[in-house]
Amino acid sequence: MSYLALTGIQKRFAGGTVAVQDFNLEAQRGEFVSFLGPSGCGKTTTLRMIAGFEKPTAGRISIDGRDVTDLAPNRRNVGMVFQNYALFPNMTVAGNIAFGLNVRKRPKDQTKKRVAELLELINLADKGGRYPYQLSGGQQQRIALARALAFEPTVLLLDEPLSALDAKIRVALRIEIRAIQRQLGITTVYVTHDQEEALSLSDRVVVMSEGHVEQVGAPFEIYNFPATPFVASFVGTLSLLPGTIVDPANGVVRVAGQQVRVAKHLTGGAGRNLTVALRPEMGSLGASTDPADNNVQGTVTDVAFLGSIVRIRVSLAEGGPIVALDEFNEPTLKLPAVGETTTIHFPADGPLVIDTGAPVEQLEELIAEA
Amino acid sequence: MSGPTSQSLTGLEPLAESIAKPSRRSPASPVVMSWIVLLVSILYFGLPLVGTLIFSLRAQPFGEAYKMMVSDGQLFKDLGYSFVIAIITVLVSIGLLVPTAFWVRLRLPRLRPIIEFITLLPFVIPPIVLVYGLLSTFSGPPLALTGSNLGSDALLVCAYVVLSFPYMYRSIDAGLRVIDIRTLTEACQSLGAGWFTVLWRVILPNLRVAILSGAFLTLAIVVGEFTVAIFLARPMFATYLQLISQTQAYESAAVALMSFAITWAAMGVISLIGRGRQEKIIAGVH
Repeated sequence: MSYLALTGIQKRFAGGTVAVQDFNLEAQRGEFVSFLGPSGCGKTTTLRMIAGFEKPTAGRISIDGRDVTDLAPNRRNVGMVFQNYALFPNMTVAGNIAFGLNVRKRPKDQTKKRVAELLELINLADKGGRYPYQLSGGQQQRIALARALAFEPTVLLLDEPLSALDAKIRVALRIEIRAIQRQLGITTVYVTHDQEEALSLSDRVVVMSEGHVEQVGAPFEIYNFPATPFVASFVGTLSLLPGTIVDPANGVVRVAGQQVRVAKHLTGGAGRNLTVALRPEMGSLGASTDPADNNVQGTVTDVAFLGSIVRIRVSLAEGGPIVALDEFNEPTLKLPAVGETTTIHFPADGPLVIDTGAPVEQLEELIAEA
Repeated sequence: MSGPTSQSLTGLEPLAESIAKPSRRSPASPVVMSWIVLLVSILYFGLPLVGTLIFSLRAQPFGEAYKMMVSDGQLFKDLGYSFVIAIITVLVSIGLLVPTAFWVRLRLPRLRPIIEFITLLPFVIPPIVLVYGLLSTFSGPPLALTGSNLGSDALLVCAYVVLSFPYMYRSIDAGLRVIDIRTLTEACQSLGAGWFTVLWRVILPNLRVAILSGAFLTLAIVVGEFTVAIFLARPMFATYLQLISQTQAYESAAVALMSFAITWAAMGVISLIGRGRQEKIIAGVH
């Protein structure tokens, strides 16, 4: 039986805007679930409904078999971490962490012990007497996390907790959040629009768009087997190549005048249009002799250093589709110059085939919006 | 000859001078203007005080007005009464207005223009109208409050809550504006707190400076208010001052100066209590 269950959740705001529709989720005890999607997709509204700050227009929410749909937020025993920390400025760090325990009238010695434990857990044991304004953003967010965990909530909710922090702290803190979550085994729902965060932290990711669930799955599944064009375009980087089926039985498609093979039996007859989508890590520079690989030619339009990788963009035809591919940034790496003609290869089972009939422009728009 | 000759060398000197002059003067002009305004303000506000002080010292023997003031038990009784009424007014205002302003900001933001309009009413309706309304309503059955001292005190406090409403409400509202009350409230609730705890433990402490500012203004209004006090026949400081000014000119000047000193002392205390840490706290909220 699931620990956290959202069944047929719908949220319609005054004025008729539907923020969430037909949302179903079952999370197991101790599971880390992320809601991933662009701004306005309904992920925060769903989280706020679990917290009790918004009431669903339809559907039920239950935690550990108890229906909490109509319970006030202060009666749900759910811990929440906010994007802007929301620490109480008039209280010390220890006072903030102890707040939930004091509200529950726990004995003072127990509260003191628990605060000390949590300060230790977040590696801020010496900061108990400080005020929030005396701490950095990363420290404040760790305090907020400790405060939300202090009273041992049934579910921990995190609403884009790292988005106000700089990149390095964000990475360090997300590792810390995951370690603490594993250590405590607390069921966690995490809202983010950062796919890297969602993929690296979660047991399962719920990808949302325009108020509904596009796909629920493990990060590997979401990335490698996207269920919808939206998921394919939102998670990771994709090069979209318009193609025409040449040989449906053998998965041969013509892209920018060149034939490529996709390891998939294609439906529909020859001459039908579809879109071949390629992730940057699937492609490599140079020609391959492996018969399972596709070799295509093009002109280098851009070479960009991104730290550990170099992203190279190759145009397959004059004004035609562009393929982005990543090479690891090694000292021995020989990079082509912009304008140079080059051959790239990718395995036949590498590309995704988007067979919705939607034109590439529409899919590109989708990516841009995401 | 050199002067005129050099002036006519290019013919551009006057233009250069006119460009240079404003750039030299422009930074200085506002400073000079500020000093002039400050000086005029000091004279405007300071001269009457100095005049009052000199006048109060004319009583013979020297300092007699102040000696009499210190020895007059009625003065301190009325002053004490005024302060008690002021403190009750402040407490009632806090009890009424903090939850109201909080709720309007949190849940009923569309009501803000209406509330702001209502806060202007005490400016528009003179105290005489207010006290006349109170007397007409509460001097006879079923609510004959003016028949007892306690009833009159209650009416006095109610009238002062109305008179101080614009100052208190706007101070509290300004205080609420600088803290993220929505998130703080939600954080409180997620930790298990009910509405009273939210207000008492989180919102009120973070409004300390705003409430103190409003309290100071309320104190100043109540201590100096005359119309309502005289019509309700309550022994307030302003009525005492009016009474002695009719018979003891030097003493009334001394008392006026003393009330001024008390007001400034109160303001200083408020600044000392609140300002420092609160500013740091607010600066730390992102």
